Amino acid sequence: MVLVVLAAAIKSVATNPRFEWHVVRQYFTNSAILAGLRITLELTVIAMAMGIVIGVVLAVMRRSPVPVVSGTAWAYIWFFRGTPVLVQLLFWEFISALYPKIVLGIPFIGVTFYHGNANALITAFTAAALGLGLNEGAYMAEIVRAGILSVEEGQTEAAQSLGMSRLKTMRLIVLPQAMKVIIPPTGNETISMLKTTSLASVISVRDLLFNAQIIYARTFKTIPLLIVASIWYLIVTSILTFGQYYLERYFGKGTSRSLPPTPFQRLRALFRRNLTTFHQPPAPIITSGTEHR
Amino acid sequence: MSAAVPMVKSEGVHKSFGRLEVLRGIDMEVAPKEVVVIIGPSGSGKSTFLRCINHLEKINAGRLSVDGELVGYRQRGDKIHELHDKDVARKRAEIGMVFQRFNLFPHMTAIENVMVGPVQVKRENKTDVRQRAQRLLDRVGLGHRCDAHPAQLSGGQQQRVAIARALCMQPKLMLFDEPTSALDPELVGEVLDVMRELATSGMTMIVVTHEIGFAREVGDALVFMDEGVILEAGAPKEVVANPQHERTQQFLSKVL
Repeated sequence: MVLVVLAAAIKSVATNPRFEWHVVRQYFTNSAILAGLRITLELTVIAMAMGIVIGVVLAVMRRSPVPVVSGTAWAYIWFFRGTPVLVQLLFWEFISALYPKIVLGIPFIGVTFYHGNANALITAFTAAALGLGLNEGAYMAEIVRAGILSVEEGQTEAAQSLGMSRLKTMRLIVLPQAMKVIIPPTGNETISMLKTTSLASVISVRDLLFNAQIIYARTFKTIPLLIVASIWYLIVTSILTFGQYYLERYFGKGTSRSLPPTPFQRLRALFRRNLTTFHQPPAPIITSGTEHR
Repeated sequence: MSAAVPMVKSEGVHKSFGRLEVLRGIDMEVAPKEVVVIIGPSGSGKSTFLRCINHLEKINAGRLSVDGELVGYRQRGDKIHELHDKDVARKRAEIGMVFQRFNLFPHMTAIENVMVGPVQVKRENKTDVRQRAQRLLDRVGLGHRCDAHPAQLSGGQQQRVAIARALCMQPKLMLFDEPTSALDPELVGEVLDVMRELATSGMTMIVVTHEIGFAREVGDALVFMDEGVILEAGAPKEVVANPQHERTQQFLSKVL
């Protein structure tokens, strides 16, 4: 039943001339599309890097016994999760209306290292990176916090009994173990971020979607270009999913006695077994975990 | 007792969790090289008292000092100030602790577990620490399992690594919080052997345990705690053979 519906759908997609697959192929490696893809990837990487760093800092801050520190982290998360990311992007785009000049220095005593014009400094790309990164930080903070909470309290106590400070305990003992819990949702966030970057097209960042829109505004090949963009998003998402699998494996070590084989190892083992069937008993499929360490 | 400064001195120590009074005035003195065994029913405050000694718990009243220095506080004249986290951490580094649930770091190998304290906290040379860690693992009979992760070790082996980890910090006092309670019966012996050897080597130890046999054989003093107070204390053989207090008699009749 499922197969029938699937076959019908594939036939329809493949034979409906309005999909204009030849146009899809024509624009798939168009230089504007590839340039847009590059911007999309850059935005994703920068925003996620910012998000992870901010997230870890906020999560550790929230555990602080000093109320001002934990309160600040709480307020940050409250604000950035409480407003739509699109609105935040627009705010950053128009930041020069609030603060025409940007000055870097030590407040109250008049030391400045740098000052400049906000309009020149905050380009559309910077605004998008800032908006997405700061917003992501709030979400990552909650993910990291969940990870920290997942680590047994005995671990912290053991580290403290060795004389480790609070921060050292976090860095050496708690966070490495929290990774197991942090990685899967972070992979999710990265994939979600890849797609959220398309919002940046609203503040005219020349990302994948923006450039696809520019092209179809000129050529009226709306559907094929949206398909081009979708296929690129799918490709990158698939690569990310693949990378996430190996990261999870890496950080899962030490928690189970041996790791399950990767799909590749399974394939290879299957292959090896089929080859050797006639000569000797089958090779064991499950390889021991120790050889990966 | 000798005239030397006691390793641990506890005077009227009180500790409450909310409304629950867990310790209600503990007085105890532990001399250097002495092995004190604390027994008592669960909920009697034994573990809490042990945790107070290295400031994993803050005491609410009384005075508690290790090697002549207050735990978690500093005295200047008549005033007592709370220590900074850094100073508390520095003091903890001088006290080894072994936990009921081992609490080895699962993402590190056995030898990394043993090395992490001296390398990261005391900033000692890594090569020297590795040699010392290797010797300690040999001493607890696990020299051949250096590169195993905790999940690949039995409970008894994990606890022996945990003891080596505490010893590698070269502590002046070792605290054992029910070190064999989470172990299968046939694995208890190997851990007790290590502790017995440690006691003979002259380490000051406070051991919370239900192993009366160990207390009788290795302990210099036996302390019976119940409901946050010390009911009875004395030479282990005497306390076990001839308990004075009714509660002690009841407790011993159950565990022996």
